Amino acid sequence: MQAAFAALSSVVSWFAGMIDPMCGPIGIFRLFAADTLLSCGDTGWGDEIAYGFMITASLAICTLPIGLFLGFFIALAKQSEEKSLRLATNIYTTIFRGLPELLTLFIVYYGLQIVAQRVMAAVGYEGPVEINAFIAGMIALGVVFSAYCSEVLLSAFKAIPRGQYEAGDALGFHRGKTMRLIILPQLVRIALPGLGNLWMALLKDTALVSVIGLPDILRQTGVAARVTKNAFEFFSIACLLFLILAMASSLVFSALERWTKRSEVAR
Amino acid sequence: MSHAETMLPALPPPPEALRRYTLSRLIGRVALGIWLAASVGIFLFVVESWSPEKFAKYGPSFISGLGVTLTLVSISIVLGGILSLPLAYGRMTKNKVISWIAYAYVYFFRGTPLITQLFLVYYGLGSFRPYLEAVGLWSLFKDAWFCALLTFTLNTAAYQAEILRGAIQSVPRGQHEGAAALGLPKRVAFFKIILPQAMIVALRPYGNEIILMIKGSAIVAIVTVFDLMGETRRAFSRTYDFQMYLWAAVLYLIMVEMLRNLWAWIETRLTRHLKR
Repeated sequence: MQAAFAALSSVVSWFAGMIDPMCGPIGIFRLFAADTLLSCGDTGWGDEIAYGFMITASLAICTLPIGLFLGFFIALAKQSEEKSLRLATNIYTTIFRGLPELLTLFIVYYGLQIVAQRVMAAVGYEGPVEINAFIAGMIALGVVFSAYCSEVLLSAFKAIPRGQYEAGDALGFHRGKTMRLIILPQLVRIALPGLGNLWMALLKDTALVSVIGLPDILRQTGVAARVTKNAFEFFSIACLLFLILAMASSLVFSALERWTKRSEVAR
Repeated sequence: MSHAETMLPALPPPPEALRRYTLSRLIGRVALGIWLAASVGIFLFVVESWSPEKFAKYGPSFISGLGVTLTLVSISIVLGGILSLPLAYGRMTKNKVISWIAYAYVYFFRGTPLITQLFLVYYGLGSFRPYLEAVGLWSLFKDAWFCALLTFTLNTAAYQAEILRGAIQSVPRGQHEGAAALGLPKRVAFFKIILPQAMIVALRPYGNEIILMIKGSAIVAIVTVFDLMGETRRAFSRTYDFQMYLWAAVLYLIMVEMLRNLWAWIETRLTRHLKR
């Protein structure tokens, strides 16, 4: 069984290495930058930057579901009839939309460390506790994303007429089933442009996590710039990589938008 | 033929329906409780590590940091607003070359993180030191504050150009046609009819842009400008006292909330003729 897993993981990593767009056999750095500063391997910075690219992309992709999930329930709570629930969620969004992302990141990073240290000390463990930068980044960016996401989803909820809920009642659906079958498909369609903008903002905010030591695009290119003294070239590459991410996601989002609108009448 | 002989006695009002203790109320109470506990915890934490010397020592530097943040943001917003005019014109013109250049500028500055642009200007332009020295601009570009100002101006110009363009294009065609029907010259029509309506549409996005700039300006702390965030980081690195970050958070929140409320007030004031 373990041998099977090992074989599977080696196959997966071999496949990932083959289609790696930067340092794979047909990667751009391998093909076009063989003997330059960007070559792959020990002599160049190509593989380090490719690793940073992967970290940035995976941080954004890991944060998205957390933010969406939290944001959806906060949006639901904001339109609840219960006053205390609305108040609590409004405090949440006011705080996390008002704070600079960098400050949120520091507060989460250092604050979690303090909390973790106190908890561990209470348990009886003395010693340094360090929070993973990736996890801290995920929490901070996820919280900020959920605050903005709840506003987008709330306005999308308001755009869905009451009749749709009543139709669900008339069909004898349970509340959850109404939500799943009637409201959610329309909600996605209405909220998608706003969510696309939020995704772009999230992608750009991941660059901030390099400040607390996550080896993402910006940190890797920054290290390369400091070592080689070619700061302008390396930071241009960082900009270019972020532009590539933005272009790729705008392609994905326009495809998604077409897909969600497939059932609408062509006008 | 029957009719009521006696009046029915007045009934007491029906008992008020018992409000059920719903799940959402429970969750709301719990969430509020968590907020309360968090604020009490933070308060106790601040009280526990409070010291007047620290306050006397770092309080003034926080105020000066606040001043740096506000000057940086206000200058770059104004300069960016001026720079956004030709950009917005470029985005709307029929000339292919100009509109393509403006589009590329806007796409670059909106598609990359502000912090990367800042690094590109502050560290990247250092590579061109001999040329900059030859032109005599090096003393400007080695100053982190100036680099931050330049980056913010270029960045906010791209965003403001898009806001302006969107607002101008949101004015319905009929307004142009109405002006033309009245025989108004193009220039008068633009300044007296199109622009006033566009500015009302643009008001809210402009407010959001200022708030975004205030929040975004925190990153200048990384290139050694001592704005509010920079002073916070300096104080934290000297004292290892977490409450420095909490004070910075409170100051940022106050700034953003004041601006948001001011903007809401301006908006209701300016659009009161549209109220029905």
